[in-house]
Amino acid sequence: MGLEGTVSAGTLYDKVWDMHRVAELPGGSTQLFIGLHLIHEVTSPQAFAALKELGLGVRHPERTVATVDHIVPTTSQVRPFADSLAEEMLSTLEGNCAEHGITLHGLGSGRQGIVHVIAPELGLSQPGMTVACGDSHTSTHGAFGAIAFGIGTSQVRDVLASQSLAMNKLKVRRILVEGRLQPGVFAKDLILHVIRSLGVKGGVGYAYEFAGSCIDALSMEERMTLCNMAIEGGARCGYVNPDATTFAYIKGRPFAPEGMAWDQAVSWWSSLASGPDAVFDDEVRFDAGTIAPTVTWGITPGQGIGVDETVPTPEQMAAEERPIAEEAYRYMDLAPGTPILGLPVDVCFIGSCTNGRLSDLRAAAAVARGRQVAAGIKAFVVPGSEQVAALARAEGLDRLFQEAGFEWREPGCSMCLAMNPDRLEGRQISASSSNRNFKGRQGSASGRTLLMSPAMVAAAAVTGHVSDVRELLENLCVFASAPAETRPVAMSPSLLP
Amino acid sequence: MSDSPFPFGPIPVLQGRVVVVSGDDIDTDRIIPARYLKCVTFEGLAQGAFADDRLELEGSHPFDRPEHQGASILVVNRNFGCGSSREHAPQALMRWGIRAVVGESFAEIFFGNCLALGIPCLSGDHATILALQQAALCEPDSHFSLDLATAEIHSQSPGAAAESTQRWSLELAAGPRQMLLSGQWNATGQLLSHDEELLRTAARLPYMASFTSV
Repeated sequence: MGLEGTVSAGTLYDKVWDMHRVAELPGGSTQLFIGLHLIHEVTSPQAFAALKELGLGVRHPERTVATVDHIVPTTSQVRPFADSLAEEMLSTLEGNCAEHGITLHGLGSGRQGIVHVIAPELGLSQPGMTVACGDSHTSTHGAFGAIAFGIGTSQVRDVLASQSLAMNKLKVRRILVEGRLQPGVFAKDLILHVIRSLGVKGGVGYAYEFAGSCIDALSMEERMTLCNMAIEGGARCGYVNPDATTFAYIKGRPFAPEGMAWDQAVSWWSSLASGPDAVFDDEVRFDAGTIAPTVTWGITPGQGIGVDETVPTPEQMAAEERPIAEEAYRYMDLAPGTPILGLPVDVCFIGSCTNGRLSDLRAAAAVARGRQVAAGIKAFVVPGSEQVAALARAEGLDRLFQEAGFEWREPGCSMCLAMNPDRLEGRQISASSSNRNFKGRQGSASGRTLLMSPAMVAAAAVTGHVSDVRELLENLCVFASAPAETRPVAMSPSLLP
Repeated sequence: MSDSPFPFGPIPVLQGRVVVVSGDDIDTDRIIPARYLKCVTFEGLAQGAFADDRLELEGSHPFDRPEHQGASILVVNRNFGCGSSREHAPQALMRWGIRAVVGESFAEIFFGNCLALGIPCLSGDHATILALQQAALCEPDSHFSLDLATAEIHSQSPGAAAESTQRWSLELAAGPRQMLLSGQWNATGQLLSHDEELLRTAARLPYMASFTSV
């Protein structure tokens, strides 16, 4: 193929970085070309306003893709929204996209959804790309072997104007996970376990490369869950080397290369993986088989424990972790030594860019099937995208959840960050398949969040308290192998580019 | 709240009083809760700064205490600004009056967002930051001066003799320091000045030609 730079040695991160390097900047940072820029309604309006003020246009509108996710209601999505601020944000995005020739996958398009769900399912996220978005969970796209990271609004402005960013190169830590996850243990449990072990600031200054036999066996949707939460461990990007699983997922999607171009793409993508000569700045190993379903008890994603453990005592932790643990005991109203198993919950939320994909809904449905949401529990399912919703409906998951007493909603970010009407009230406690348990995160200044896998959320919903999903699944071998990959079968021909 | 204009041009020295917000892992949801992100401009974000923490502390949060009104240097602990990439967080702090943040460590995206606004984030070791916080808490009227060239902060108590000045050494990487000192912390101009290099880079990326060039 004779492509410049394709044979460089090193890690995938090194190779992708080198190929996207535009110039060295006076301050010592590197100007990095951005292959895919994803935008949404929350972090882009001020960037477009700044462009206008500077008299600048959008450099590569065809490499900029928009959707609306954070503020959309999940009950009625009829316009105008009841919330006039939300309506203003969406209409501002629509105006900006129309003015600059940017494709907006809007409500009802069949392609709308959480930005980190739709870009992969449309085949936009590809190996070897640099992906930027004004959202910290952009690390999700690293699942494809992309270098993907969240940026602020000033940087959104810079990418719009120049299709590039001033960046500093990260170190790379290889996280080797060997063995297999036990039945009832998911990618969410794995990443919560990694963050629990390495801490919420352990990844600062690093990109996380996830590798090893466990990672090789994960589906793309599981890899997305893993990379999505790299940022919760402080690592601005996480990635997995592209392999046959990656290529099989991308093939046939609307923006995937086709024909001859497909073969060229696979050949280039394959050349990007970290080689045997790659040198890592650090390496950490985990044994997948020892990981239990994991639940957070505190106010950072690092405060996680196995479902059969108790809330740690100050004596069980490093001195520097004690102050925030003390704050967490107070805020969560949980005493050290309390078992997490059996802790009553009020709200159960299944969705988000971490766990709002079809395989997540299937895992939760396997628990909900034939059971009923416990009395007094509000439980709801928010598919990550219109496509996920369509695929789930085609399998009858919407009916299954509704028959079990869950509400079935329209796609969006929903109660992950509660910028729409879905939120906790007062001191309610949620079992949530989302990514952050920060104080006030789910819309109530005193609301409490327990992070866990979607199957564990479903287990909490039907029992009314934190439960071990392994005890609710008679046929655990359902989960012994990776669930079948979501295929874009529901795409109608009219939606193809 | 500060009346001083937003950062502009070279930033060699920042002077003012200190406000301390202690605690590790203070995330951007705490710096500004998501409900304040429902906006299409950054104006008016000052009221969202630490909104839920302030609500909880009923007037005793450092940002509400009378002695800290007008403070411009925020001193924090470890991993400040973790979580969401929202630039609304530094925007809220800036609009409240903060012009520099000093702490043990910062989350990367937050650090970059601050830099893009001309707000330096300097770091110091645990003992240094504790000593600085202690000094500021003991004498909230003290005037501090943060010198970016030397990455040093010193205090001057009101009416005290010059020899009572205390100094603490901090760190700021050479790149961001140079950008702030030269006034080139806004990257847009630099990024737009490399058009040829940008075209060359795009030309060597096979996906830019839809994998069709051989």
